[in-house]
Amino acid sequence: MSIGLNIVICIKQVPETTEVEFDMETGRLKREGVAAVINPFDEFAIETGLRLKEKHGGKVKVISMGPPMAEQALRDAIAMGCNEGILVSDRVFGGADTWATSLTLAKSIQLTGPHDIIICGLKTTDGDTGQTGPEMAEHLGEPCISYVSQILDVKDGKVTLKRNLDDGVETLEAPLPLIITVSKDVGQPRLATLRGRLAAKKATITLITNKEMGMNPKELGLDGSYTRVTKIFTPEPHAGGEIIEGTADQLADVIYRKLQEAKVV
Amino acid sequence: MSNKPVNVSEACTGCSVCVTACPFGAITITNNKAEINDACRVCGACEPICPVKAITLKKSDTPQNFADWRGVLVYAEQHDGKVHPVAYELLGKGKELATTLEEPIYAVVIGSGLTKAAEELIKRGANKVLVYDHTVLATYRDDPYSQILTEATRELKPSIFLIGATSIGRTLGPRVAAKLRTGLTADCTGLDIDQETRLLLQTRPAYGGNIMATIYTQNSRPQMATVRYKVMTEAQPDPSRNGEIVNKPVDPARIQDRVKVLAFEAAKEQVNIVDADIVVSGGKGLGEPKGFELVKQLADALGGAVGASRPTVDEGWIGYRHQVGLSGRTVRPKLYLACGISGSVQHQAGMKTSDVIIAINKDKEAPICRISTLAAVGDLYEVVPRLITRIKEQKTRG
Ligand SMILES: Cc1cc2nc3c(=O)[nH]c(=O)nc-3n(C[C@H](O)[C@H](O)[C@H](O)COP(=O)(O)OP(=O)(O)OC[C@H]3O[C@@H](n4cnc5c(N)ncnc54)[C@H](O)[C@@H]3O)c2cc1C
Ligand SMILES: Nc1ncnc2c1ncn2[C@@H]1O[C@H](COP(=O)(O)O)[C@@H](O)[C@H]1O
Repeated sequence: MSIGLNIVICIKQVPETTEVEFDMETGRLKREGVAAVINPFDEFAIETGLRLKEKHGGKVKVISMGPPMAEQALRDAIAMGCNEGILVSDRVFGGADTWATSLTLAKSIQLTGPHDIIICGLKTTDGDTGQTGPEMAEHLGEPCISYVSQILDVKDGKVTLKRNLDDGVETLEAPLPLIITVSKDVGQPRLATLRGRLAAKKATITLITNKEMGMNPKELGLDGSYTRVTKIFTPEPHAGGEIIEGTADQLADVIYRKLQEAKVV
Repeated sequence: MSNKPVNVSEACTGCSVCVTACPFGAITITNNKAEINDACRVCGACEPICPVKAITLKKSDTPQNFADWRGVLVYAEQHDGKVHPVAYELLGKGKELATTLEEPIYAVVIGSGLTKAAEELIKRGANKVLVYDHTVLATYRDDPYSQILTEATRELKPSIFLIGATSIGRTLGPRVAAKLRTGLTADCTGLDIDQETRLLLQTRPAYGGNIMATIYTQNSRPQMATVRYKVMTEAQPDPSRNGEIVNKPVDPARIQDRVKVLAFEAAKEQVNIVDADIVVSGGKGLGEPKGFELVKQLADALGGAVGASRPTVDEGWIGYRHQVGLSGRTVRPKLYLACGISGSVQHQAGMKTSDVIIAINKDKEAPICRISTLAAVGDLYEVVPRLITRIKEQKTRG
């Protein structure tokens, strides 16, 4: 395979902090002062794509759907070594659930030319569903493999790989084109290089709006979503019991009595 | 544009790939073009399989009348003919929802050698079970399982459809939801019926467990959700219960099957924190990887499993299969004993439904202390060895 692989990586920009705050009245995320970064799980997707390219040749495109500021995430990915960035951005894409997101991404990927493999992160740290990849596979009519931990080989239009399930590890063979979501086991994401940063600065990011896609706006964004958020609230704290202090012997005694009460000793 | 629910465009080459894919034999090739006849059940099997994308399903843009979508459907994941316990939890919760709605509850099971499984699902409360039993379905694969599950759902037309959020459920769910053209709420921890609208209220953690969101699916059916394991209460078996078991024919020739399973290697570490009655967990407070030896000793003395907080796993002190919490496993043991764990919301998300929670922590302000049945404020390296001694003494005496 001398021409190499057409690799597409889907990345999302998410708020950096673990302590996100919500405006309970509007149900909106408080974004002020919170840096936006590439979804940490997607850095593993980027790493997977770059390693594939190093081994088999080809080109790595990164694509992100989001507000104009998501352009930075694409440039960061280029700084890591990706070749091209595509920003999918339009007012009508806003408020999309995984159905509408995966549909929009699928159509945009089709617009940007043929692909051999699409790589997604395991899940995002905000929406946290892991559904976008498998749903996109249905929109494209291609097979999908989730939780990939290692790509073994790509040969004769087929990929062999391993993936993690709850009770063990599966080795699979799938035809290209294919969509995968990758776990952290694929390998530590690399850092941006100086050369990469320069390339990122100069890179032209391709913009896709609904003008290029020509979809019915009713199928996009909030209107095109099947799920609706009605309420947002903070998790209820678990009712606590007693807090005891004392010497280690006393503490061990009290714990032991509790264990007896709970009938575990 | 045609008014038919399934449309074949001019791009059709008459290749007949869809004819074999159609589970209902509803497609014929006439004058080199695919034609959809009345046997069509709009299952969507033909749409993705068409190599030239000539087939499209019509999506209605006006809210439909969903009166003919009734009942609660539970997908019963199974391994080697044994039903995964999350399915019993779904039956437990599903029964509650079905009772509120005064509608039936169904289960679908796919695999090989399922007679016992089907009977068990009836005993656990299903009114009707669809069984797809065939040797080609012995191992799980996304393609065939999602295709069959989609067909089963089209046939039963449930208003609510629940799938366990296991690793399989989380990849099967979105495939089926996309085929059915409906919403899917991920990893729910709460399910309820809205009295007024009769809609399913689906509650789940988001943003790293910092917030909870309630979500509903208004304009499509079924209302689909994957549901976190060990959160709902299992339906108990009742041998006197009766129900209908329907064995469905499986025709391998009609099943799309693109991915081959070459090998499966069962997890080496025999850790099953999810099924354990007692979980003893360690956190950053252990200070060093060796600390887990002490945690293990306590767990062994109690006959329990070893759990861990995320940073200890991230730093390689212990394997991922031990991780409790939002990005790890949810556990619901009789006893959860946390040693040197601060109790972040993310960690709590995976253990707060435990019956009894005991924490050993130096810092009485640590969040874990607020949610524990008993919080002992002290150094775990002093308390735990003494506790182990107590337990061992009692064992030799008793
Ligand atoms: C999206 C997301 C998902 C996450 N998912 C998870 C998850 O699934 N599971 C998870 O656990 N975390 C998860 N986290 C991380 C979580 O936010 C916390 O960082 C983590 O749980 C803290 O771990 P810890 O309690 O071990 O460490 P720390 O917070 O450092 O707590 C250590 C505790 O040990 C006590 N201590 C120290 N020395 C001793 C001693 N000698 N004796 C007794 N007590 C001592 C200290 O007082 C302190 O309370 C997630 C975070 C994010 C953003
Ligand atoms: N807006 C987006 N743009 C590009 N990729 C996305 C977007 N949302 C989700 N993804 C991809 O889908 C994966 C799963 O996301 P989620 O379903 O939100 O958990 C992410 O790790 C990304 O690879």
